[in-house]
Amino acid sequence: MSNIPQELKYNKSHEWVRLEDASTVLVGISDHAQELLGDLVYVELPEIGQEFAAGDECCVVESVKAASDVYSPVGGRVIAINETLVDAPEQVNQQPYENGWLFKLEVSDPSELDNLINAEQYEAMLAEEA
Amino acid sequence: MDNTHKTILWQEHCNLGAKMVDFAGYSMPLSYSSLIQEHNAVRTDAGIFDVSHMCVIDIGGQDASKFLSYLLANDVNKLTDSKALYSCLCNNNGGVLDDLIVYKLGNNYRVVVNAATKDKDFAWFEQHSKNFDVILQRLDNLAIISVQGPNSREKASHCLPINFAKCALELSKFSCFIDSKTNWFIARTGYTGEDGFEIIIPSADAISLWRKFINNKIEPCGLGARDTLRLEAGMNLYGQDMDESTSPYESGLGWTVALDAIDGNSTREFIGRDALWQQKIDRANKSENLHMIGLVLEDRGVLRHGQKVVIENTGEGVITSGTFSPTLKCSIAMARVSANSNLKNHSSCQVIIRNKPYLAKIVKYPFVRTNKKSYKLVEG
Repeated sequence: MSNIPQELKYNKSHEWVRLEDASTVLVGISDHAQELLGDLVYVELPEIGQEFAAGDECCVVESVKAASDVYSPVGGRVIAINETLVDAPEQVNQQPYENGWLFKLEVSDPSELDNLINAEQYEAMLAEEA
Repeated sequence: MDNTHKTILWQEHCNLGAKMVDFAGYSMPLSYSSLIQEHNAVRTDAGIFDVSHMCVIDIGGQDASKFLSYLLANDVNKLTDSKALYSCLCNNNGGVLDDLIVYKLGNNYRVVVNAATKDKDFAWFEQHSKNFDVILQRLDNLAIISVQGPNSREKASHCLPINFAKCALELSKFSCFIDSKTNWFIARTGYTGEDGFEIIIPSADAISLWRKFINNKIEPCGLGARDTLRLEAGMNLYGQDMDESTSPYESGLGWTVALDAIDGNSTREFIGRDALWQQKIDRANKSENLHMIGLVLEDRGVLRHGQKVVIENTGEGVITSGTFSPTLKCSIAMARVSANSNLKNHSSCQVIIRNKPYLAKIVKYPFVRTNKKSYKLVEG
């Protein structure tokens, strides 16, 4: 059973979103996603200042098994990236919701946050996929 | 679970929380904790693998040596008692049917073959045994546990019966013995590039021994780590690095082919000999040949099976096995390329990863020996 924190929002492509304030979000990949990937060996983070629309490929996480794209859950501009992942990509496996965060976005349209699903819906989605 | 096979240790893996995957029709542990942790345990300490899905074939009878000498591309006559030999099993065209280890036990032999090919292999053995006075036994009630790592032999010895352990610790490399009372077999061989034992025992004894290993702080390791370890050690994986359409010469395994008898004075007759002999001649005369090379990616990224390799003005090919090396902390691969003699002058090539070219070093493997980088660069 993977960990699905109640206070976060989720994407169907297994990203999570934490609201820092009204227009800033932290983004990462879920416990389920890191479990599927196995040990991460590289994380290709976006650059600060880059702008994405919801659904854009913005990041790549690479494990021994496979490389996987990370999609921006909402549109916005990258204002911070988790540089510690360059030397310690395993943090994503160990703490997918805390030290394993990937990047921070300044959200262009906060109403897009309503398109994300909540913890209960994400859990139901995982159960269906199983 | 439908037709998936389980080894005798299947429940142990589940109890340890292993992530299970299908491999050759068996439900096997991919990893228990993390691939990298298990890999590092084997390189620095000790780890155990359940490889009971592989198949043991015992060969006895008057013609045992003659039979295996005929069947195998390497020469069992090289073996003295209690020694092991790595060999390809080839078809009439010199293509590889499987790779295997053969152990000599007095007048008898024990062969261990891959899980995915065991039915094919045993049928081949039976088919070709008709003109030999041999007794073939396919032993399906055995478990195989591999203990590997610098501390593996010492740690394992605390878990084995006292006299058996004493004899086990006296084994030199590539040696083996079997206790005829208990049918416990042990060899100082492995598939990781580390020192260790491969232990073959009756299934009824497996769970107890496995639990003793676990309780003695030997790390359970899955197929994921098994693959990163063997590739670092420069060892081939059948079905991926070679198959029936490739010969040992095209697979980096020319060193395992014994075309001639050990006295050096006569040719050896074995299945595929004519084709391989011809191929050896052809390779010396042709301008372009298939070669197996080692690759190391210095940049960030992972080399993977199927990626294209390009060597300027010399040739191209494809990666057969690629992975991230936890010990070297970069990606490594084996690749089969069609190249002319200019190959020896190249120390690098391009690998196409997700449509972009990456620079990779061409090296002679093994990539890692005794937990340290050991690959040699090609000298131009």
